[in-house]
Amino acid sequence: MTSGSKTRRVIGPFNRVEGDLEVKIDIDGDRVADAWVTSPLYRGFEHMLVGKDPRDALVYAPRICGICSVSQSVAAATALRRAQGIRMAPNGELVTSLVLACENIADHLTHFYLFFMPDFAREVYARRPWFADTERRFKAVSGSAAQQFLPARAQFLHLMGMLAGKWPHSLALQPGGTTRAVEAGEKPRLLSLLFGLRTFLETQLFGAPLEDIVAMSTAPEISRYADTATNADFRHFLMLADDLKLEQIGRAANRFMSYGAYEMEGQHQFQPGVWRNGVQALDSDAIREDISHSWLNGGDTPLHPSTGVTQPSPDSENGYTWCKAPRLGGKVVEVGALARQLVDGQPLIQNLVMESGGNVRNRVVARLIEVARLLPLMEQWVKDVQAGEPFCFEAAVPESGSGAGMVEAARGSLGHWLDIRNGRIHNYQIVAPTTWNFSPRDADEQPGALEQALVGAPVMKGETDPVSVQHIVRSFDPCMVCTVH
Amino acid sequence: MTKKMLWLQSGGCGGCSMSLLGAESPGLMASLKAADIELLLHPALSEASGADFLALLQAIVDGRQDLDILCLEGAVMCGPNGTGRFHMLSGSGQSMMQWIAALSSRAAHVVAVGSCAAFGGITRGGGNAVEACGLQYDEAEPGGLLGAGFRDSSNLPVINIAGCPTHPNWVTETLMQLAAGDLGPADLDSLGRPRSYADHLVHHGCPRNEFYEYKASAMHHSQLGCLMENLGCVGTQAHADCNIRLWNGEGSCLRGGYACIDCTAPGFEEPGRVFTETPKVAGIPVGLPTDMPKAWFVALASLSKAATPKRLKDNAAADHVVTPPSRSVKGKHIK
Repeated sequence: MTSGSKTRRVIGPFNRVEGDLEVKIDIDGDRVADAWVTSPLYRGFEHMLVGKDPRDALVYAPRICGICSVSQSVAAATALRRAQGIRMAPNGELVTSLVLACENIADHLTHFYLFFMPDFAREVYARRPWFADTERRFKAVSGSAAQQFLPARAQFLHLMGMLAGKWPHSLALQPGGTTRAVEAGEKPRLLSLLFGLRTFLETQLFGAPLEDIVAMSTAPEISRYADTATNADFRHFLMLADDLKLEQIGRAANRFMSYGAYEMEGQHQFQPGVWRNGVQALDSDAIREDISHSWLNGGDTPLHPSTGVTQPSPDSENGYTWCKAPRLGGKVVEVGALARQLVDGQPLIQNLVMESGGNVRNRVVARLIEVARLLPLMEQWVKDVQAGEPFCFEAAVPESGSGAGMVEAARGSLGHWLDIRNGRIHNYQIVAPTTWNFSPRDADEQPGALEQALVGAPVMKGETDPVSVQHIVRSFDPCMVCTVH
Repeated sequence: MTKKMLWLQSGGCGGCSMSLLGAESPGLMASLKAADIELLLHPALSEASGADFLALLQAIVDGRQDLDILCLEGAVMCGPNGTGRFHMLSGSGQSMMQWIAALSSRAAHVVAVGSCAAFGGITRGGGNAVEACGLQYDEAEPGGLLGAGFRDSSNLPVINIAGCPTHPNWVTETLMQLAAGDLGPADLDSLGRPRSYADHLVHHGCPRNEFYEYKASAMHHSQLGCLMENLGCVGTQAHADCNIRLWNGEGSCLRGGYACIDCTAPGFEEPGRVFTETPKVAGIPVGLPTDMPKAWFVALASLSKAATPKRLKDNAAADHVVTPPSRSVKGKHIK
């Protein structure tokens, strides 16, 4: 379709994103001029939960998403805990953090090895000097990296088998703690599993000790690292990013948000906040969900999720997606590992964002830096477990009450808002990370984060599915099944 | 001869694929190679996106591309009002429901991966406002999208690898049998589930069996005792080998300290009670073990309760072993 000098394209389905996604773009010359993002699947979890016993949310919530299942469980358990007004057993906090970090690391690495890197082994790059190496290492299905990564991932997930019974879809994460106590004699096994992944990370991904990776704090340091760590996959990425100038594509709103991650004894390991040229406090009361461009009914006034409504309306005028448009104080924010590390003050990520903002390269770097930070924390958490002390406190479900479970999934800020009346779920609202990042326009016609990030993306001659669009979309590590849920 | 496989996702969470990536001994890639299966496309693994993806589907529908095995993960989304608009396959302008029907008629075998694709699963929970169903069942009712009478090229119904999620090896081993031509109608149970795992009960191999025998029960989550009496566990009725073939190396729901919720069964998503609390009549759990006469169970339970050793009584209500087994050397008890 052509209007004026612009050509419209509909791109989809996207492989190697979790769930189904469609993107419409207007191309003007050799650039994307405008973009509209569609989440084409509606499942209706918020509707499903109404009228159920609040404890049943712990069965349903993880099944919103197969890749961030634990994050959904933790959000649901947190919302219920807040409504109960109890705290978690300290050991339960440690095991919850271990299980959540395990999922987070597995997701980041799955994204890097299976979802993101294979795009650089596409034919379109056949003439780049690095293509042969990249194809050998990262080609979808056949590349050598996936053959090494999948067994390392499977072995690392034994931690889930031990602490959560299975992954995905565990019921081990309860409001008062976790259901699987760890005995003193089991700690060596947990530490060995962590050591197994540390070995993979230090030999394959980073080619350096994790502590050295975490110690880098400036762009020149990372360039020096890229020059020396031969055969490391992170270095391979930095080299590609440099050649393809990935720091120049995929800039979004440059306003970032994190709910804060790994809360223990009232303190977050990664701090909550909002970033706009510096860290500010997060005011979660300022969250509203706009549905002006969604296939949903629910009035013209954007609502806070604690009183939110989800009512499908496939013929909604102006609607082009099942996704709502969450805004913070009316503004678009980007969430994810980049936001989390930035808000937490990680020096390298702050340095990179000051230099070039949020973009394809920085999103990927932030994920891998987060992996390098998390594994040593997990080692410490295992040591901190006090065998013999309780792992789970019990408490009754209140007749009425409400609670918010605001956590960080691998892909960013995840919130569950629970309202209990007469001992049953009266309202349940979920705002997932990709709901923030892949939101449609709002009533002020502000495009969502991905819609903004796609503007200006280069289109090469003869491309039907521009590869730059593939990179930008996947740099957010979207989870479409969560987005609409 | 190499079998060509297409894997699609619709009304689900993608968790069966995430689980599948964790296949071990051997891993997923090696398992597919061993089965001589070529992936035409898998949404989490393949390079093809957009136009290439759609061209492949069209070629199969047109008969220009052979398809040996079609795997669907996630329920078929029929709503609203039977239109399928709750999931339009992006870029195609057509509902996924239509695509699945068209592709199924071209595939030599059709596999439902997970309870959503088999029976509707979690996606049809809460009154099923989205009109989700399975490929050949709507909950326990034969029918679904393809109809009760559907049979593939070798007279098989849809193969229902049910579970939420599925164990990776249920999937890889069923695919290996299928690719080798070794899976016949007699290898499936009455719900189309592979008997290789569905002929077992979750109870088999449960490490809490000693507590079960003596009715030494956990009262709260994280305790070591049997989860059946108080915490909603239906492992004695659930068809799966979860405690024989472990999850993620060393886990299972019961080993993780929480109830089996019978996720391989149609309708597990709406048990009509709280998942993690056992309903009782006069203090006796309502759901009894499969194949066990009620009077016998009650009699045995009261007998074994009376005989519960102190060790089991103590440990059942603790989250770690507080009373270890007594020790004896050459038959002599040692303090």
